[in-house]
Amino acid sequence: MILSLILNGKPIKEEVSPDLLLIDFVRSHGCYSVKRGCETSNCGLCTVFMNGKPVLSCSMLAMRADGSRIDTLEGLQEEAKEFGAFIADQGAEQCGFCNPGTIMNAIALFRENPDPSDDEIKEYLAGNLCRCSGYEGQLRGIKAFLQYKKEGSK
Amino acid sequence: MLTIKNYVKAQSLSEAYELNQKRTSRILGGMLWMKMSNASIQTAIDLSGLNLDVITETKEEFSIGCMVTLRQLEQHTSLNEYTSNAVSESVKSIVGVQFRNLATVGGSIFGRFGFSDVLTMFLALDTQVELFNAGIIPLSEFVTMPLDNDILVRLIVKKVPLKSAYLSHRNTKTDFPVLACSVSYLNGSYRAVIGARPAKAIIIDVPKELLKEDDLNKNADIFAQYVAEHTTTGSNMRASAEYRLHLVKVLSKRGYLQIEQTTQAGGKKK
Repeated sequence: MILSLILNGKPIKEEVSPDLLLIDFVRSHGCYSVKRGCETSNCGLCTVFMNGKPVLSCSMLAMRADGSRIDTLEGLQEEAKEFGAFIADQGAEQCGFCNPGTIMNAIALFRENPDPSDDEIKEYLAGNLCRCSGYEGQLRGIKAFLQYKKEGSK
Repeated sequence: MLTIKNYVKAQSLSEAYELNQKRTSRILGGMLWMKMSNASIQTAIDLSGLNLDVITETKEEFSIGCMVTLRQLEQHTSLNEYTSNAVSESVKSIVGVQFRNLATVGGSIFGRFGFSDVLTMFLALDTQVELFNAGIIPLSEFVTMPLDNDILVRLIVKKVPLKSAYLSHRNTKTDFPVLACSVSYLNGSYRAVIGARPAKAIIIDVPKELLKEDDLNKNADIFAQYVAEHTTTGSNMRASAEYRLHLVKVLSKRGYLQIEQTTQAGGKKK
């Protein structure tokens, strides 16, 4: 089947198998930030944006993205770098495996709700699992980033 | 692993229905539960090009297309005003935002899964389903029907006078529910729906005449006792039947107390 979509701003047209999952498609195009962490649609590591909305790329057919805009962390380097520094500042993560998925979903949160409460942050990121930490460092990093953004916009 | 030979993005519901009459065909909802299976599907039928991902509202009802995502339900302002946020409460613990951006209401309801929060919620409302072939029938009837090759096109939620609440108990925040419970005062009658028993959700209509104590808490205990007496629970890896029955009492009592403090929505304005 012919799949055509826009991956990180670049139009792609390609023959794919009907049961190819979106995660395998984006990885075959060099987007190695997108990972399989659980195989049970639970961990959030495979998060990509489809037309701006965060989705689990491990759980959808690539064909379902036909005609869509797909963005991965590779296409959001500026935003990711700015925010990621705040997570690193807290030493929030140990192994870093969950980091790309969490950063993607945090970016989705900031776009949807630029001034979230602690509960809103926790609720939005509940589908991103980290098995090294207890999420406290990430929460501090997110709050520090939001504070920095607030001060920057004054 | 799930394997799919052909993928068809249906151009019309009748095309989808025709294709779905073959035993080896499957309609795709969000595909999240299906992906966990080892099914080998000859033809996967995608309804995502048929504008079924919208919620429309009239004075009398909400019409919810089968491809509406759980996230859309969660964020729909007037559906949540009507249900005192019960709808939002019923889906917000389902895995994560990314998951709910994919999972569809049609997939949740059509599967009639025991674990379904969505089914538990909509059974507490005046809900009908529109099937492509069988037409419009009450959701309460649909849940008892065997799985067939029809297509669930949309849900219809009538805006009858309503007070509603949703509660669930989970071992961890984003896991399947150990027990799901919705309580409503629907069109002048009390109802509790118990899901994740772990079997499919059941409706328990509680006679109003039983709730005649002066004290709210006493009525709540009577309500919970009645619901528990009419619920059968079972055991699985998440919890025992006894523990679930205890939760039935706790959650239905809390649900009753919650709706008694809620203002009624819907119905004709006088």
